[in-house]
This record gives sequence, structure tokens and C-alpha cells, in this order.
Amino acid sequence: MNLFTAIFHSTLGKKYLMAITGLLLIFFVIGHMIGNLQIFLGPESINAYGAFLKSKPALLWGARLGLLATVAVHIWSAITLSAKNRAARPVTYKVNRSVAASYASRTMIWSGLIVLAFIIYHLLHFTVGAVNPELLALRDEAGRHDIYLMVIQGFSHPLVSGFYLLSMALLCSHLSHGTSSLFQSLGFRSGQQKIWANRLALLLAWGIFLGNSSIPLAILMGFGKEALK
Amino acid sequence: MNLTLHVWRQENATDSGEFVTYLAKDVSPDMSFLEMLDVVNEDLLEKGADPIAFDSDCREGICGTCSLVINGSAHGGQKATTACQLHMRSFSDGETITIEPWRARPFPVIRDLVVDRGSFDRIIQAGGYVSASTGGAPDANTIPVSKPNSDKAMDAAQCIGCGACVAACKNASAMLFVSAKVSHMSLLPQGQVEREQRVLDMVSQMDQEGFGACTVTGSCEAVCPKEISLDFIARMNREYGRALIKSCS
Ligand code: HEM
Ligand code: FES
Repeated sequence: MNLFTAIFHSTLGKKYLMAITGLLLIFFVIGHMIGNLQIFLGPESINAYGAFLKSKPALLWGARLGLLATVAVHIWSAITLSAKNRAARPVTYKVNRSVAASYASRTMIWSGLIVLAFIIYHLLHFTVGAVNPELLALRDEAGRHDIYLMVIQGFSHPLVSGFYLLSMALLCSHLSHGTSSLFQSLGFRSGQQKIWANRLALLLAWGIFLGNSSIPLAILMGFGKEALK
Repeated sequence: MNLTLHVWRQENATDSGEFVTYLAKDVSPDMSFLEMLDVVNEDLLEKGADPIAFDSDCREGICGTCSLVINGSAHGGQKATTACQLHMRSFSDGETITIEPWRARPFPVIRDLVVDRGSFDRIIQAGGYVSASTGGAPDANTIPVSKPNSDKAMDAAQCIGCGACVAACKNASAMLFVSAKVSHMSLLPQGQVEREQRVLDMVSQMDQEGFGACTVTGSCEAVCPKEISLDFIARMNREYGRALIKSCS
């Protein structure tokens, strides 16, 4: 058996890839959230954090390229497997009753694709600056990129914040199933393990939803208003 | 009781097929679902019409031949029950019942509610066997098997290969079936000779037949008349990884 074929061309192999890349993305999402929550510590903390990341270009670009590859493999497996799944049932049922399957589990490809659209928008918004170029030009007193002000300005638009909140809800729907499913794909979700995997999934989904949403929500409710003057 | 049936009728594999409505009159609540269909068929034969083709054999829930999607659930949605063991008392008078065949590309419809499950046979041929020594018949029970392993293997061996897992899965995935077979044999000492080759070959055959992949929705486990657990799919995923690692070393 050719190892490459067994991993890249079998359903089980592709699910390994999905699970491993999904796990890496989960680590990233957690790290990213913790970094961002520094906004609540004030401008000094988050601007210094941003400047620190920028001061290590090799690390920063290494991480960015690594993430890009991870997302690419995750999405490639997701789309090819979904296409295979769809082709496996050319004639559908007249009466559809999804027995036992949760809503999150049935809509993984859709929550995933909308999260992808969100990731692209998010990068254009805060990383590339294509949405509001002036956001990237903001400087604080120390001459650093003023991330604090950028985030407060960016989230002062209810529509933008609304889209972020919606995306977080979908990401967390994705994770509420995916986090448990990844243990299944890797072969460690039997008996007692299943209970822990499901608990972890619930904890992670809610933790990430509440943690990330707290930023746009707080700003909509007036957090950091004084910085806008 | 009187029932309205919407039944999938299809002349042969190439016919496009359609739903036809029948009235089932004076159905006894003690009849099994298949007996109810027998009565409808008697009526059709008397009128000179073609009876509804459906699969059955043992009619006691052990062979895995019956295969009906009843009101959207494989085998009718009663816990741990095959269609042949489903009784009309679980329906109410005047109810409308929709009856469809298993729907999956690897299970093409042959006629009406009968599908070709040859794809399952080919998966079994790919690896569902063990090596046995020739010579005189050995004494029974000479090979020790640990109790937990024997219990687990027997849980997996309960699978009757009906295909309800495929029918219920939104991806038409055969993982529950294949994992039951892989687990059953990999747990027993008799199955060790082909342990790695078996899982690689059965998975590869499963993929070639065009079944979908698992997305861990749990529908298969919920409809399985033998209550095969999703745990076996995790076990198969582990066996597959183990076989890949062994093939490299
Ligand atoms: C931050 C981004 C993302 C994270 C953290 C993430 C995480 C995960 C995890 C942990 C799994 C479970 C893997 C498994 O079942 O073995 C998964 C599955 C999946 N993901 Fe993602 N994912 C992300 C983005 C995406 C995107 C952009 C897509 C869109 C194409 C996508 C589509 C899927 C699909 C279709 C599955 C399979 C669902 C299943 O097996 O039930 N994901 N994801
Ligand atoms: S006919 Fe044998 S299980 Fe139903």
C-alpha cells in the first residue's frame, strides 16, 4: 500500500488530515483569542503585543504560511469529501428524517465555508487593510501600529460587528461538532473517551464564542469610546 | 386499521420510477410491516396488477435481508428493530406511510424496494475472512480469548449486513458496517494473520464502491437493528492508522 495514496486518496486518510489540521486550527484560534483579549488591558498591552509579533518577521511569516497550508489542506479535504458524500446518494429520499444527527453535524460544510468567507474578510479588514485602509495607518504615541484604536474604530460599525458575531456563532457550531469528531477520526473516541470529547467540544465552542464575541459586544456597548475622540 | 401507502415503484434498474399511492384496508395491528405489504400484494395480484417487490428472508430479524425506509427512517425508526420485526401496532389508524428503498449509489435499485447490495459482498471478499490451518479439526476452545475482547468482538459480530447504516447516513457512508467487520476480526486471535491487510483492503474496496465518508452524525448507530456502536468506527480509524504505520516499518 502506497502511504501517500492511503492518506490523500482514502476517506479515512482524508479524515486524518481534516482532524489534524482542524486541531492545529483550534490551537491557533485559542492563541489568537487570548492575544486579542489583551484589548481589555488597554492600548499599551495590545499595541506592544502587535509590535512584538511584527518584530519577528521570520516567525510571523512562518506562522502565516503554516496556517495557510493548514487551512488549504483542511478545506481541500472538506470539499473533496463533501463532493464524494453527495455523489454517494444521487437519488434523495422523499421523506427526510435526520435520526440522531445534530444540526451542527449536518451543516459542517456550510458553517465551514461561511467561516472561510469570514476569514478572508477579517484578513482584508485588519491585516491587509483593504476594507478601511486608514485603519492600518493609525499610530499610537510610541509610533507603533495603534491596534487598540483600529479595533475600536473597526467594531464601532454595528454591521461589521454583527458579521463578526454571526461568524463566531458559526465557528462555534463548527467546533461544537468538530472538536469531538476529530477524536473519532483519529480513533480515540470509544466509551468514556466519547463523553470527555463531547464535554471538551462544548466547553471549547462556548469558550471561544464568548471570548471572541466579548470584544465587538463590549465595543458596541461603549467600551473604549474615549479613544475615538 | 386503514392506511394510505406511498410506495416507490420502479420497473427495473433503468426505469426512472415514481411514488404510487395504495390503500391498505383492514390491517390488523398484530401484523408485521411485511405481512401488511403481503396483504396489499394479494390485493394487487387479484386485480391483475404487479405486486410491490421488496426483500425479505428470515422475517425474524436475524438475516438482514429486509430493507425499507419507512417514513424517512431505515427500518421504521423503532429502536433495535428490523422492518420485518416492526408491527403495525406502532402505527395509527388513518396514517399515511411513505415507503422507499435504501438510497445510495452503491445500492442501485433493482426493482421497486429491492436494491442490489453486492457492494457489501465485495467489501467482505476484500478482507472479511481469516486464515485457518488445514489438517485434522482442532479441539474447540483451544485458543484463549480474553473476556472483554470476546465481548467486544461479539458485539461487532452482531452486524447482519442489512445496510441500514448506509441508508440512514446523510453521506451514504458504509463505515459502521465496515468497522463492525474489521473490529470483529481484529479483536480475535484468529483474525491476526490478515489484521493489517484486511483493514487496508476493506477500506479501499469501500471507497471504490462509492460510499461516502463518516461525519460522525450518529444516524447509523441510531437506526442499526443490532445496535452496533459508533465506537467501532473509532476502532477502525485506529486500525487503519496502525496498519499504515506498520506498512512503513
Ligand atoms: C478556524 C477555522 C476552522 C477550524 C478551527 C476547524 C476545525 C475543524 C475540526 C476540529 C474538524 C473535525 C475534524 C474531524 O471530523 O475529524 C473540522 C471538520 C470539518 N471542517 Fe473545519 N475548521 C475550520 C475551518 C473550516 C473551513 C473554512 C471549512 C470549509 C470548507 C471547514 C469544513 C469542515 C468540514 C466539511 C469538516 C468535516 C465535518 C465532519 O467530519 O463532520 N472547516 N473542522
Ligand atoms: S427479513 Fe431477515 S432480518 Fe428482516
